[in-house]
Amino acid sequence: MDKELQPIGSETRAPASQRSRTAELLKHAKALGKEIDVSIDGNSVTVPLGTTILEAARELRIHIPTLCFHEDLCLAGVCRICMVEIEGQRTLQSACSYPITAPIRVSTHTAKVRRARRHVLDLLLASHHGECYICTRNGHCELQALAAEYGVDLFRFGRADRPRYAIDASSHAVVRDMNKCILCRRCVRTCIDLQEVGVLEALHRGQHTKVGTFMDKPLADVVCINCGQCINRCPTGALRANDLTDEVWEAIDDPAKHVVIQTAPSPRAGIGECFGLEPGRPLTFQMNTALRRCGFDRVFDTNFAADLTIIEEGVELLLRLQRAIVERDPAAVLPQFTSCSPGWVKYLEHFFPDYLPHLSTAKSPQQMFGALIKTYYARTNRLDPKNIVTVALMPCSAKKFECNRPEMCASGFKDIDYGLTTRELAKMIREAGIDLPKLEKSDFDNPFGTATGSGVIFGATGGVMEAALRTVLELVTGQKIENFFAHADIVPLRGFEGARYAEVPITKVGPVPALVRHLFPDWNWLRGATLKVGVCHGTANAKRVMEDIRDGGRFSHCHFIEFMACPGGCLGGGGQPTPTSPAIRAARAKAIYSEDHAYSVRKSHENPAILRVYEQFLAAGPCGHESHELLHTAYTRRGKYIA
Amino acid sequence: MLLTERERLREELLQLIGQIGRDRSALLPLLQEVQRKYCHISEYCMQVIADLLDIHPVEVHSVVSFYSFLDERPQGQFVIRLCRTATCDMAGKDHVARQLRNDLRIGFGQTTPDGKFSLDWANCLGMCDQGPAMLVNERIFTRVTPEKVHGILAECRQMFGAHATSSPKERQI
Amino acid sequence: MTTSAAVQTTTNRLTFAAIEAGQGLNAALKQPPADALRQVAFSGLRGRGGAGFSTSLKWELAAKSAGERKYVVCNADEGEPGTFKDRVILADFADLVFEGMTIGAWVIGAAHGIVYLRAEYTYLRPHLEAVLQRRRDAGLLGSAVAGQNGFAFDIAIRMGSGAYVCGEETALIESLEGQRGEPRNRPPFPIDTGFLGNPTIVNNVETFAWVTCILAKGADWFKGLGTEKSTGHKLFSVSGDCARPGVYELPMGITVAELLEEVGGEAAKAVQIGGAAGQCVPAARFDRTIAYEDIPTGGSVIVLGPQRDLLRMSRNFLEFFLEESCGQCTPCREGIPKLLEGVELLQNGRCSMTYLEELCGLGETMQQASKCGLGQSAPNALLSIVEHFQDEILGRVVAKRPPARRERTA
Ligand SMILES: Cc1cc2nc3c(=O)[nH]c(=O)nc-3n(C[C@H](O)[C@H](O)[C@H](O)COP(=O)(O)O)c2cc1C
Ligand code: SF4
Repeated sequence: MDKELQPIGSETRAPASQRSRTAELLKHAKALGKEIDVSIDGNSVTVPLGTTILEAARELRIHIPTLCFHEDLCLAGVCRICMVEIEGQRTLQSACSYPITAPIRVSTHTAKVRRARRHVLDLLLASHHGECYICTRNGHCELQALAAEYGVDLFRFGRADRPRYAIDASSHAVVRDMNKCILCRRCVRTCIDLQEVGVLEALHRGQHTKVGTFMDKPLADVVCINCGQCINRCPTGALRANDLTDEVWEAIDDPAKHVVIQTAPSPRAGIGECFGLEPGRPLTFQMNTALRRCGFDRVFDTNFAADLTIIEEGVELLLRLQRAIVERDPAAVLPQFTSCSPGWVKYLEHFFPDYLPHLSTAKSPQQMFGALIKTYYARTNRLDPKNIVTVALMPCSAKKFECNRPEMCASGFKDIDYGLTTRELAKMIREAGIDLPKLEKSDFDNPFGTATGSGVIFGATGGVMEAALRTVLELVTGQKIENFFAHADIVPLRGFEGARYAEVPITKVGPVPALVRHLFPDWNWLRGATLKVGVCHGTANAKRVMEDIRDGGRFSHCHFIEFMACPGGCLGGGGQPTPTSPAIRAARAKAIYSEDHAYSVRKSHENPAILRVYEQFLAAGPCGHESHELLHTAYTRRGKYIA
Repeated sequence: MLLTERERLREELLQLIGQIGRDRSALLPLLQEVQRKYCHISEYCMQVIADLLDIHPVEVHSVVSFYSFLDERPQGQFVIRLCRTATCDMAGKDHVARQLRNDLRIGFGQTTPDGKFSLDWANCLGMCDQGPAMLVNERIFTRVTPEKVHGILAECRQMFGAHATSSPKERQI
Repeated sequence: MTTSAAVQTTTNRLTFAAIEAGQGLNAALKQPPADALRQVAFSGLRGRGGAGFSTSLKWELAAKSAGERKYVVCNADEGEPGTFKDRVILADFADLVFEGMTIGAWVIGAAHGIVYLRAEYTYLRPHLEAVLQRRRDAGLLGSAVAGQNGFAFDIAIRMGSGAYVCGEETALIESLEGQRGEPRNRPPFPIDTGFLGNPTIVNNVETFAWVTCILAKGADWFKGLGTEKSTGHKLFSVSGDCARPGVYELPMGITVAELLEEVGGEAAKAVQIGGAAGQCVPAARFDRTIAYEDIPTGGSVIVLGPQRDLLRMSRNFLEFFLEESCGQCTPCREGIPKLLEGVELLQNGRCSMTYLEELCGLGETMQQASKCGLGQSAPNALLSIVEHFQDEILGRVVAKRPPARRERTA
């Protein structure tokens, strides 16, 4: 395999004032190899020229408080909480933005600094409207934590006693309460720079400054893709996911309802963080027990549906390839794009609607599962689908939007009733008085209990592609994937580079397996072909890849590209526990890959439960007409103009 | 070929962009030109500009809302800006303000129902030696007194009449 | 020859009027850039926009800065309350300004000049364009300036859109780049990372005009004027309660009393020097000098007669800042409304001494912690009247805290 990384120039579009100029400087200086001495609170350290005071202080384990600073984002330097005193300078400097270019002496907690920080906090609290005890972020709010750290015990400059702004709850996914906003602009930098969706920006100026949408429209009416990355980076409760726990409790409490929940792999890797565990400790089986204790009637594994997705999507790819190679049909649309990230799907609908035919028509695992539960499962268990409530535990806020798309009613009902985020479930578990980490383990319910490792790795960027390749290569070559890649780990697809590219030459082909024999007479046409695949995560990278495709670059020659809206893939989704950082996401990814190894079956097409579904229910096989009705969908050309 | 109003606007913006440039630094000159011509920058205009400059509409809105000489809502043909800063305040801007309010029958920040006049405050117009100062579109008036206000408004009304027949959208003084 | 409004401004005898167009530029182009820079350095010229940074040092750093494209930007966003000298210079002596920019370009090796003209001065634009065209026709701008092969330089005018903060040099650059006028983090400074990431010098209108004079008349002449640390003459915009408001060219280091005598404002009880961002000097301190080492200023002098209510003035200034703050950083955005509320409480006689002290502390924090000069100087007017006019304030302070203060609404 020719593994090649494609570094795509990441030219940011954040307002220049917020661009990390110092970071550029830093790279430059580091390249020069120059170093400089700095003294912080009397401790000396030698750092590369251009290191910021904050970085140097962290090296020395000196704590400097921050608010607008975020590791994933470009610099802002606006909250002014990280001020420090530099000997010989009249004004205080923000540690996050000040690059060290000369030997300086820094003090981080002089009387002047302490008073200034306290004043900044007092001012933020004076205009922050909201009571901590009726806030979703109570207990893990960065503003609250700072107030505690600085022992704030009075509203020195008064307080806001009435809200200035109406709460925007128009969106299925994200609720905005700008009364709690402290204008750190992390969401702005997330939306414009990290994700390049461009929904949020600072509007007006001076005391009227606020973060808003285009013409202050409700979030549901603008080009928001519901990725929820802004929620993950909001230090306060100003941005939150649309909380559906009350509705779910109500369904659980209703004896007439049969409530089933499916759990995606990423929440299992992340939920421990809500219970004080360090990132990267999966609690899959403890969570099963907790869910049953909460009162869910069945606990299913989304990985089952992920396997189904892989088969449907993989076969769709082979069909497209057959059409292109054998029939030489110029209308065969390649590369095929994955469609399991609803944020990405909406992004494409808004920004590159001409490319919608590239999207795999296969639904996301969540929706496939929903459709099967209210049909296949209802029938086999003699349940009235009207009384089944389907809940999906997802790391994702966009899934809340996805399940409300009008076309997602293949079963004749809403296929998925409620999408819950990891954070919401943690809340339910706490509410039920359950100490999750200490719980005994239990398994998933049948008939969808069996899943493969391929489903698990959906959670990490590159995972869908890896799973798809495992299946496609085995289907086509008739050989064990382990013959190509040790332990079936397709390592070149892993990692956190923004966009990755790989080529897999197919030298030998095998017999066509029974599952797809009705679609492909033989594989001879694939012999000698080179499968080209791409992977990217975060819509900013997706944009680069799309532009590359548009301009006929190397990604335009790909056959299959995995797109994930969120940085890091689902494990960094907008429904995951806060805070987030590259290190936290890496830990979650490690947890996910280690779970993959624990599975005995790691390839979707070997999943016996899947084969059973095709035998008993989707008799026309993958991409057959039943599957088309239940498991495939169509997309909407949205465009970016807002009415 | 019949062009809809929107298509015509798009054509016009394309032409402007051809003259001014397509990169982000062309944004303010573009907006200033649109503002000059249409007395405001409409929602649709912002979206077209965003589209053509390959930025997000909210970024355009963000810029428009930042600058006090750019407006999201239609302004009058004549925008009257009375300086309210220290020396004009000392020189009696309050009397002039009262006269303007009375004559135009609108408050500051408002536009007359006939769309002729908008009244607004300005911060230091740089005429501190000759206050109170007032800007009517691009023209400066100094040592304004309540008595002078009437004449200035009358002059505007006259000019508006002359222009109204040729090109109602263009405004000049 | 000039626009009507500008000529109405009274001036004393200005050096600028005696300098012929071309004199300074020709002198500069006769010597290598480094020598021209040495002249500016020798003159001791410091920025006339207010901050008083050494002009030659700024240019030297920009000249040394690596970069193919460099920019010379003239800051004509004059927005400081009480300042109008740049308007007079642009109306009457635009040639000197453009020449100063050309000399700057020669020194740092720039090919592009931009004048950032505030929207309120749009009426000056046709005149400035005409002067530029005349200079182009005369070969003083273009592909070979004054016949110097290899020295190409031209100047474009870009308009502001009504934002005082865009006078701050990094905000100005943001505005030129089509962004909100929000000041940047510094360092890096414009001299290495300016317009579109290129080395850029930003100077005040008056600074450029003086550069031209210095090259025309010699650095010695300029150095001989003013004080040791504040060399040369400076233009003052004088307004308020005086007999002859206008633009005055006076030597640096002049005392406030001398200045008042010149403009007919001897009866003043106080003078606001430096505009809204400056300080209020009481009559008892009229012996202080106007110079970078004592009272630095961009030239705004507002004379306040005995009848003036200083609290009203500081309120006016705070209202000004309230509107003009970019709203990006906490101390400025949230602090100004609190100070303004405090002044209102004072005016209503409802501010306690304790709360006033609290507010003064907040003002000091704003001076130290704000991101740019606007927030750093916004509390000045209030702090200086509290310092110098205790009696005016004290009459209005209530002895006790108003009981509702702790829970007062924002
Ligand atoms: C809020 C604020 C407003 C300013 N406005 C102006 C201005 O209108 N004109 C000006 O020349 N400098 C202004 N300055 C100063 C500039 O930032 C910069 O120091 C100056 O243009 C440098 O030129 P000089 O060195 O020639 O003075 C302002 C600074 C601040 C902080
Ligand atoms: S001090 Fe004021 S004007 Fe300056 S950056 Fe901060 S908010 Fe903006």
